[in-house]
Amino acid sequence: MNPEEFNTKEEVTWCPGCGNHSIFMALKQALVNLNIAPDQVIIAYGIGCHGHEVNYLRTNGFEGLHGRPVPVAEGIKLANNELNVIAVSGDGDAYGEGLSHMINAARGNHNVTYLVHDNRVYGLTTGQTSPTSAKGTKSKSTPEGAIDEPINPMAMAIAAGATFVARTFAGNIQLTTELIMQAIKHNGFALLDILQPCVSFNKVNNFQWYMEHTYKLENHNPADKVAALQKALEMEKLPLGVLYKEEKPSYEEQVSELSEGPLTKKSLEVDKEKIMEEFL
Amino acid sequence: MTDFTWKIAGPAGLGIMTTGLIFSKAFSRGGYHVFDYIEYPSLIRGGHNTYQCRISSEAINSQSRSVHILVALNKETVDLHKPEMLENSAVIYDNEKMQAEVTAGKPYPIPLTRLAKESGGKELMANNVALGASMALLDYDLGILEGVIRDMFGRKGEEIVKMNMNAANAGYNYVRENFKEPFFVIAKKISDNRKYLLTGNEAIGAGAVASGCKCFVAYPMTPASSILHYLAENAKKYGIAVRHAEDEISVINTAIGAAHAGARTMTATSGGGFALMVEGYGLAAMTETPLVIVEVQRPGPATGMPTWSGQGDLRFVMHAHQDDFPRVVMTPGDVEEAYYCAAYAHNLAEKYQTPIIIMSDKHLAESHKTAEKFDHSLKIERGELIDSATDYKRYKLTKTGISPRLLPGAKGAIVVANSDEHNEYGYSCEEIENRNKMMQKRMKKLDMLAKELPAPKLYGPEDAELTLTGFGSVKGAILDAIKILEKEGIKVNFLHLIYVSPFPDKSVKEALSKAKKVISVENNFTGQFAGLVREKTGKNITKRFLKYDGRPFYPEEIAEKVRKVLKK
Repeated sequence: MNPEEFNTKEEVTWCPGCGNHSIFMALKQALVNLNIAPDQVIIAYGIGCHGHEVNYLRTNGFEGLHGRPVPVAEGIKLANNELNVIAVSGDGDAYGEGLSHMINAARGNHNVTYLVHDNRVYGLTTGQTSPTSAKGTKSKSTPEGAIDEPINPMAMAIAAGATFVARTFAGNIQLTTELIMQAIKHNGFALLDILQPCVSFNKVNNFQWYMEHTYKLENHNPADKVAALQKALEMEKLPLGVLYKEEKPSYEEQVSELSEGPLTKKSLEVDKEKIMEEFL
Repeated sequence: MTDFTWKIAGPAGLGIMTTGLIFSKAFSRGGYHVFDYIEYPSLIRGGHNTYQCRISSEAINSQSRSVHILVALNKETVDLHKPEMLENSAVIYDNEKMQAEVTAGKPYPIPLTRLAKESGGKELMANNVALGASMALLDYDLGILEGVIRDMFGRKGEEIVKMNMNAANAGYNYVRENFKEPFFVIAKKISDNRKYLLTGNEAIGAGAVASGCKCFVAYPMTPASSILHYLAENAKKYGIAVRHAEDEISVINTAIGAAHAGARTMTATSGGGFALMVEGYGLAAMTETPLVIVEVQRPGPATGMPTWSGQGDLRFVMHAHQDDFPRVVMTPGDVEEAYYCAAYAHNLAEKYQTPIIIMSDKHLAESHKTAEKFDHSLKIERGELIDSATDYKRYKLTKTGISPRLLPGAKGAIVVANSDEHNEYGYSCEEIENRNKMMQKRMKKLDMLAKELPAPKLYGPEDAELTLTGFGSVKGAILDAIKILEKEGIKVNFLHLIYVSPFPDKSVKEALSKAKKVISVENNFTGQFAGLVREKTGKNITKRFLKYDGRPFYPEEIAEKVRKVLKK
């Protein structure tokens, strides 16, 4: 396989210089490296610029509602746990509209890979403040500057019980590819927050800003939850890499009805008279 | 003919629901027809709870006003239910625990608590003493009661079964020894042929199991929760994955994911929960995902009256979500129809690749009714489900509007579903021609659906003086009202709609054209159904019998309304 096989014939409409291009490249490369064929993976998308990927990436795809890719992904995995299930989301999607789903997916350890395109701004709706925008961010919806503090998705995911929590920067395609691969391979809920510039609507957090405000984690033990939380709380210079990782049975491994195979392979025929016996 | 009502009432937390169910079951196993009805506030302890069981040697469909035996667990009960008492009705109460003044019916003072304790049981087993006493009054076979108790408590051990039975025996013997005069209602066992006894919620659960539903996702909400309970309890037995998700928004999106992946999937909620699901409902329609949604109504708006009944969600459910898409809303009227609709809905969902709503209400959902048999003839039909394709188009344009459906994971094919308007492949597309074709494709499904769905049913004589009409659970009380009126020589019939969308306009128009006078019977304020009939048929039903107090219709009051309209 090569990454080209993952391209559809649809025209890619992301702005030139958008972080989505490199995330797209990294995802394709990760699937190739892991030898996952387009028909063996399904991606649930939210609504936002990231969601246009449903048109560009030649895999099974489900573009749903704003904020809701995680529950859709959970449902797909519950019905057919033989599929590789990925949810792709944006910062507004993941940390605004659908935040509770991430917390609960983490708590249940659903075997879903969660890739969040985090550009700290609402791009598709032409530049309003996002849950990850810095306090004071001036935007169309906050002309006097955002009052709210930004969400800390890393700390939140760790506290919620996520078993894989990592961050990358779209500008580093090699690291992003590597971390997407690790997230997909992880058994359980894996959050990868992908920092990316928005060339059209975020003039502050541009490529250069991310280069200056991130660093690659070294000598960090991702099995140490307290150390992971400490790293997650570093806000001045953001650590990139796997902050936290833990081995635990996934949600699907604990659903007894899945022990003999996916729901989609079960026979639908039931002894109907027998069902009614308990009501006699 | 035997037709009587037994009622137990008192404060919540005294095991009234269990005791009532035992009574109902004891009679459905003796060959009787049963309809029971419960009232309770949204509290765990305190508040007034009632459980009434109507028992009849002939088929019945609803509860009745008059109470023949009242088991009063507190003084308040005696006073509250006075209007329901007949001259000879028995009022059983614990004369050592309360000072009751029985001014309606005949007092049957029985030291329920003392007898329970003396028989080796606990205070709560006073209910069993009352059960035994009731059986003695009715001259009913205590062995049947024992069988029910054994089935219900057997899991807790033989000792518990014995304690329950000893208490029942104590009550039975006490009545035999102290009240020599025979009671005015006698209900001996009719036959050994047990009847099925179940609620509308259980019937929906069982129907879903029968149709191969393999995934159920829900968030608890009264009065829909017992569907979740039934399916969770039976999940292992039938290989159904049951997930209680964090909220209704997650519920419907998870359900859509599971259904898209290929599992027959259902969810159930009440009006408030459905309000949260509305965006997802349209997503299922846009992505053409087969999904069954059960909406069990309770009075609103907002939290409304959680444990009471209503039919005020008709218009909301019929029009929920933005823009147009094929909307299918089924409205079963009793447990047999609830079972059938649930099974049938899964076929419809897959055949038409669209969400199907079953709308019920608390009255149907939580009342037990006997049934002789269930229609198991429905075969599982999965529609245009295929297992392989080349150059697969999820939304391929076809004559019927239904595209061949391939499940994600099929070798060599890509399945793309899209909430955005899309082309045949599923890729986003907003071009004029494509939009028009896709809209028409989805809406076209209604043509075939309308032909397939069963016609509304007319009950009673064709040449009736008056026609009653309505949807859903009003069926029971109306059918029983027709019987009351029949005995008085008044001919009434009933046009019942088992689905309201797509609306069967032709058959409703035809039936109403033949009707001399029409009354729309509905549990809502504005006569939503009558309004719908006018919109779809031009027929203006001016006479309406509306009730929005959370209580279901009683056959007696419908009969009274008919007499008034006919001036009889």
